[in-house]
Amino acid sequence: MITYVIRRLIWAIPFLFAASLVAFALITLPPGDYVTTMAQTLAESGDQVDQARLAALRARYGLDQPLIVQYFMWIGGVLQGDFGMSFEWNQPVADLIWERLGLSFILEFSTLIFAWGVALPIGVYSAVRKYSVGDYVASVLGFLGLALPNFLIALVLMYIAVVHFGTDVTGLFSPQYRDAPWSWAKFTNLLAHLWIPVIILGTSTTASLIRIMRANLLDELSKPYVVTARAKGLSEWKLILKYPVRLALNPFVSTIGWAFPQLISGAVITAYVLSLPTAGPLMLQALLAQDMYLAGAFILLLCCFSIVGMLISDILLALVDPRIRFR
Amino acid sequence: MNTLVDPRAIAMNPDAQASQWKLTWRAFRKHKLALASLVIVVLFYLIGAFAEFVAPFDPESTSSRNIYHPPQGIHLIDWGEDGSWAIRPYVQGMTIKRDPISLSATYEPDPNRKIYLSLFGQGQPYTMWGLIQSDRHLLTSADLDEAFFLLGTDRLGRDVLSRTIHGARISMSIGLMGVTLSLLIGVFLGGVSGYYGGTIDMVVQRVVELILSLPTIPIWLGLSAALPQDWSPLTRYFAITVILSLVGWTELARVVRGRFLSLRMEDFVIAARLDGGSQGRVIFRHMLPSMASHIIASVTLAIPAMIIAETALSFIGLGLTPPIISWGVLLKEAQNIRSIAQAPWLFAPGVAVCIAVLAFNFLGDGLRDAADPYTNERH
Amino acid sequence: MANESEAAALPILEIDGLVTEFATSRGAFRAVDGISLTLHRGKTLCVVGESGSGKSVMARSILQIVDQPGRIVEGSIEFNAVRGSDRVIDLAKLDPRSKIMRGIRGRDIAMIFQEPMSSLSPVHKIGDQVGEVIRLHERLSKKQAKEKTVELLRKVEIANPESAVDRYPFEFSGGMRQRAMIAMALACNPSILIADEPTTALDVTIQAEILALIRSLQTSSDMAVLFITHDMGVVAEIADEIAVMRFGKVVEQGNVFEVFAEPKHPYTQGLLQSVRDLDRPSPRRLEMRQSKPLGEARLISQKVRKEFPLSSGFLGRKKDVLIAVNDADLELLSGENFGIVGESGSGKTTLGRCLQRIYNVTSGSILYQDETGQSIDLAPLKDRELKQPWRDIRMVFQDPFASLNPRMTVGQIIAEPLVTAGGMSGKDIDARVRELLDLVGLPSSAASRYPHAFSGGQRQRISIARAIAPNPRVIIADEATSALDVSLRTQVLDLLLDLQEKLDLSFILISHDISVIRYFCDRIAVMYRGRIVETGPTEEVCSNPSHDYTRSLLSAVPVADPTKRGTMQRLRYREQA
Repeated sequence: MITYVIRRLIWAIPFLFAASLVAFALITLPPGDYVTTMAQTLAESGDQVDQARLAALRARYGLDQPLIVQYFMWIGGVLQGDFGMSFEWNQPVADLIWERLGLSFILEFSTLIFAWGVALPIGVYSAVRKYSVGDYVASVLGFLGLALPNFLIALVLMYIAVVHFGTDVTGLFSPQYRDAPWSWAKFTNLLAHLWIPVIILGTSTTASLIRIMRANLLDELSKPYVVTARAKGLSEWKLILKYPVRLALNPFVSTIGWAFPQLISGAVITAYVLSLPTAGPLMLQALLAQDMYLAGAFILLLCCFSIVGMLISDILLALVDPRIRFR
Repeated sequence: MNTLVDPRAIAMNPDAQASQWKLTWRAFRKHKLALASLVIVVLFYLIGAFAEFVAPFDPESTSSRNIYHPPQGIHLIDWGEDGSWAIRPYVQGMTIKRDPISLSATYEPDPNRKIYLSLFGQGQPYTMWGLIQSDRHLLTSADLDEAFFLLGTDRLGRDVLSRTIHGARISMSIGLMGVTLSLLIGVFLGGVSGYYGGTIDMVVQRVVELILSLPTIPIWLGLSAALPQDWSPLTRYFAITVILSLVGWTELARVVRGRFLSLRMEDFVIAARLDGGSQGRVIFRHMLPSMASHIIASVTLAIPAMIIAETALSFIGLGLTPPIISWGVLLKEAQNIRSIAQAPWLFAPGVAVCIAVLAFNFLGDGLRDAADPYTNERH
Repeated sequence: MANESEAAALPILEIDGLVTEFATSRGAFRAVDGISLTLHRGKTLCVVGESGSGKSVMARSILQIVDQPGRIVEGSIEFNAVRGSDRVIDLAKLDPRSKIMRGIRGRDIAMIFQEPMSSLSPVHKIGDQVGEVIRLHERLSKKQAKEKTVELLRKVEIANPESAVDRYPFEFSGGMRQRAMIAMALACNPSILIADEPTTALDVTIQAEILALIRSLQTSSDMAVLFITHDMGVVAEIADEIAVMRFGKVVEQGNVFEVFAEPKHPYTQGLLQSVRDLDRPSPRRLEMRQSKPLGEARLISQKVRKEFPLSSGFLGRKKDVLIAVNDADLELLSGENFGIVGESGSGKTTLGRCLQRIYNVTSGSILYQDETGQSIDLAPLKDRELKQPWRDIRMVFQDPFASLNPRMTVGQIIAEPLVTAGGMSGKDIDARVRELLDLVGLPSSAASRYPHAFSGGQRQRISIARAIAPNPRVIIADEATSALDVSLRTQVLDLLLDLQEKLDLSFILISHDISVIRYFCDRIAVMYRGRIVETGPTEEVCSNPSHDYTRSLLSAVPVADPTKRGTMQRLRYREQA
């Protein structure tokens, strides 16, 4: 088991490296570099452009060096916690991202738990009571969940809340807590707001997890070991929970691997619509303004999140499935 | 020799001479929902293709008189004052009322104004596909000066129905184009990977795994943010298609590779090799037909993801931008909570997205179930 | 209360007029159609039938564990040995989910199944799965149950039972898994054991061990056994009573000695006849060899070796190899039928595929003598260069479903080698296809149909027609008859002999079934773990084997004659380390 975990950890390194390349490529893709963009912005706003300062910045990020050197200077900084400067905010990127990433992580993790908690029982019920009314209802809801883009659900919910209830569902905190330091009250306030984005974000994941659970379990229910268990004299629900559900869980666990990247993806746009103080909206803003160090940091860290999610799902899978553990 | 079974007796099965496509079609036909979805999908593509003709108005024509005009329902039967009636579709005209204090406009139905509709009537002139000039529309008002808005208007008084219809052209085609591109990449890499195996397979597999482990939307966003701002709308459209398929090919590659791997060791493929067929013949005559239906099903299931992705990108402002009309571009209008509170019909393109995505999903599901008409028979 | 001897005389289970139906879209399908059987204490009743005869459904009906949507619609299953009760209970009347039915399952009536791998949950420990039955039916603590589990595993002769309880099924071999299944079934000393083809998925040597185990357990506990099988040899080996099933009905039942000696129903007669036909060399073949003696060597394998990489390490570096075929030498003469026999994992299929050059050979040479008398080494050739040899050496596959492309018509399938060769007009090809169909005994109307319209035996004929299309000189048939019911096997083998008489053909027949080899082959090679351990004329090897493994293999083959039961001494082969 330990060797398996170590092997998986080692496997993650090339992935993280590749993710950093992707992020760096995105940083350098837009025409012009950070300093020219900044000079442009300064010129537009009518400020004096200080050539000496620009040259100093160029030297600091190695912008006059070949790309490969720039990459190593950038990644070297990243490893020490320096993600570069955001010219839009005129602040180090590192100061801007961590709280938002933290909230992003809380949002995505809660959504995953929510999706699991809802999908598991419904999926089991659908498979065991195949073609029952409940199964059909679950299937229809599942299809709707898959077909409705998250941001549309968010918009519709916002519309309903404003028009029919006169409330605002955006944000993660009530106004008085928005800029307040962290406290217990702020935390409970967060929980009170969190459920709406969680449900919105969770619909499509929940829908696909229900379908996966149902299909897996239907597969397992027809396996001979179920007949064996029945021939032992086990009661129906007990045997279903102990054997086929247990086996259907294995592929289900591995879905975290792709569900997590998808959640991170979806969260960007949902958060934008609901103006949540998470990573997504700030990243978008940065991308639109071509504030590439800020955007690159977000892309890199979100990629890391999802690679770590993959890793955790693989390790969980090995925990529940002895066949993988022993290989 | 015993004679329990006569080897010459062949089951007189009515399916005996039915080919794969016949059997697949027969299995598919049983899924009523999938069949209905097929009709919807085809309809959407036809609407998209003939958008200029189907749309009652030019999507760009503004009207300051009709800002945020609410939708008007079609009345089929025209009751006369004296109780006589005729089947003559019309919409109720509306008059604008301005609140003297807040100056906000409200529309009220005007019982005295009936705007009669006619099929294939004359309306605003257009040039379809840059070739055909005409002024015939599927639905027009009998009186050219009277406008009618079945789905209301937006903040510039543009007809939402016409815009949604034109949006279908872009949104539906970007799904198809994106998938075609992904399919080319996916079939090529997946096929090479599955057929040759070994190191090539390993490299392709690692790349697929990497792409799958990355969150797609941030990458899409990053790529489209990197597009030069001064590109023409058409170039941008193609660039977005390429970006979507660059990330979207992995699933198809996995399907193709998996099928290739399992088929490669199937007895009938080995038999084809032993029959002296060249590599091309083995692949195209024996392997591809067995995969075609699976690939078609996967493609159908991949299109809705592309449509949603385009919509999301454009909605945020990083995908297509006006003057191109796509469902995502249109939904950008609905971003502002004040405007949707005032004009909820701006959601109409969103409804179109949902219908299209649902239809593709049901269609793909039906196709996947019908894809292999031979599975039930073995064991 | 009845006294001991009276109770023993009463049947323990009496099935009367049992009907089990499956609701389908085309109406109800009667899988079991009015069956009546009785089962006695300490006796074994064998139910025989070919695939689809309903024997398995009948067995499952007893415990009411028929798969959905099957259900019992008529008849009674009277069981008279419920623990702690002297009442007779009609199992057919019980609700499948009722507590009393669940109490009987696993405790009074236990069952073992065909696939020991898939019949055990892969993610639960052996000890957990066996101990569960004990905990379910007997009030024992966890610790006591575990002790009893260890005891049971020891009883079924599983090595190191103390550590075996904590292992997973995938760490066991097939035979060990079936032993674990038996331990699970015996956990509560059931009065009836239902065994549904428990040895079909196992090799013949392991089958012999499992049969011996069931028999010894039965004598020590006076348990009744209902044994489902399709193999007449197994029946002759273990049955007291026999019931022959066909199309959901019992066509004949009675004492096993009487039925074997004097079968009354034509179906039973046919079944026994085909088994006995296979139990001797084909007279046709012997006759043919008299008139046309064997010629000189046509295909020679010299030190053929095939290795497969076991695990590829980081970036595909080879770490370990499995030697599937280890320096195999053999010689196929012209006009000869050569058999390769071995158990699963012996490398016989790999060797066949090496000779056919589907696989690349790791080392060694394959010399083929072509029509002009020229000798070619096939081993180093590339696919492109094999075009001609592949027309001379053809293959017939095991699975008649997988080997025919379902998307092509039979005509297209058979014509494929003719089309790729070129040089024939469409009309000529059509004529040739009709001729080939006629040769294998199929009407020419078959050409326009798709494979799914044909039965397994007919498909194998189509396969053969494809194989002989380019006038080959060698045909390698890999388990060509194993997917077929026994009554069809002789037909297919006789067809091959027919073709041999008409055309200049040599055969290599690969099989795990010694009777098929004996019927068809002039000489055989016995394979064990990648090596050919013995080669020689079939009759000589069969009657006087020289290698210990061959001896143990032959002694394990059940003989379809109950009177010879126990006369063969079982030999176990243990390879010297």
